[in-house]
Amino acid sequence: MNIPQEYKELTWQGLWKNNPGLVQLLGLCPLLAVTSTVVNALGLGLATLFVLMCSNATVSLIQKWVPKEIRIPIFVLIIAAFVTCVQLLMNAFAFSLYESLGIFLPLIVTNCAIIGRAEAYASKNPVKQASFDGFMMGMGFLFVLLALGAVREVLGQGTLFDGADLLLGQWASNLRIEIFALDNQFLLAILPPGAFIAMGFLIAAKNVIDTKIAEKQPKVQDEHIERVRVNFDS
Amino acid sequence: MRKAIEKNAKLLAIFAIACTALVAFVDFLTRDTIAQQQQQNLIKSLAQVVNSNAHSNNMSEACVLLNDESIGETAQKAYLGFYNEQPSAIAMTITAPDGYNGNITLLIGMNIDGMVTGIRTLSHQETPGLGDKIEQRKSDWVLSFDGKSLEGENDPQWAVKKDGGSFDQFTGATITPRAIVNASKRAIIYFKSHKNDIFTSQNKCQES
Repeated sequence: MNIPQEYKELTWQGLWKNNPGLVQLLGLCPLLAVTSTVVNALGLGLATLFVLMCSNATVSLIQKWVPKEIRIPIFVLIIAAFVTCVQLLMNAFAFSLYESLGIFLPLIVTNCAIIGRAEAYASKNPVKQASFDGFMMGMGFLFVLLALGAVREVLGQGTLFDGADLLLGQWASNLRIEIFALDNQFLLAILPPGAFIAMGFLIAAKNVIDTKIAEKQPKVQDEHIERVRVNFDS
Repeated sequence: MRKAIEKNAKLLAIFAIACTALVAFVDFLTRDTIAQQQQQNLIKSLAQVVNSNAHSNNMSEACVLLNDESIGETAQKAYLGFYNEQPSAIAMTITAPDGYNGNITLLIGMNIDGMVTGIRTLSHQETPGLGDKIEQRKSDWVLSFDGKSLEGENDPQWAVKKDGGSFDQFTGATITPRAIVNASKRAIIYFKSHKNDIFTSQNKCQES
């Protein structure tokens, strides 16, 4: 298969090198708050992924008509519109999950990763690449959410996929795995401080892997232009 | 300069209108389903606190608003159950203002004599792992209210064990169960003394 270099690069950037959760550290508020179970993490991750793709595609489509002075309010409008749509759809079709995600669903609007990608990538690139970038960035974010959710759920409750029926329907209640039975829940893992600590370990693990890879690679001086990415925190 | 501002303002307006239109469209598509979901959810919660044999009407449609300091700062909803036109049961929302972390809203079901037929937690922000055992999916604790009656306003049984009553507290969290026990006690006292007013109340819930 011949995948253009650009897409490979986008995949690599979104999933690993420039991962919105682990490297850019954007959208930490929902990341830490809702990842107490895998199912919550999956729900929020998918919602964010969807919004990110839609907003990237739209921003890229309209880049010709948007003057740079008013681009930020327009991006915010677009993102807010998509988030509201997701919220309404979830309220209609995944009611219990909607209730358990609570305030963090509308808070996707304030996830800097989304407006960051709109500003840094989508507004300067064609639709195809922009949507793909949104997808990969969303996947990167989703994987971090899932990893955190899994770690915290196993440590905190001793289960995995608890409450999967909230997201996927009744059949999914069989997915619940009881890894070990706890008399008392391990509180630290469920509370936000536990999320910070787990997040710290995840970032550390990523850095260790990066260093290992860098050590293994023979040092070759190759001409290659660094692409500068501008990300801003809101 | 002026031209640029005008052009930008127009563009912003166009985008605002387009985005609003999109949201309005999705709202239009999902509105009925959402209302249906909320209605179903309500019926499900009501069925958990009031036995379906205890009433013959549709309780979710017999809703009145109650205003009283003792059951919550804001107006609370009560769903009335009638059996062959006779008042037979009630399910009402109450707010316990003294949870460990803010308000706890509850749904309490009682028969006409004020015996509790069920209590469920509707929303709370108690500590996960400690105070959240008031959710039924975490613990059976709320079921310990089923079938209990309050014997007089100073019933010593209606308290957590630490205070000499009959309800369990949780290890490491006494405030949460105490708040619920006290709130349910106030609700029962309120219901017993206002029974006639409640069942003849004209203060219907607004259709939202």
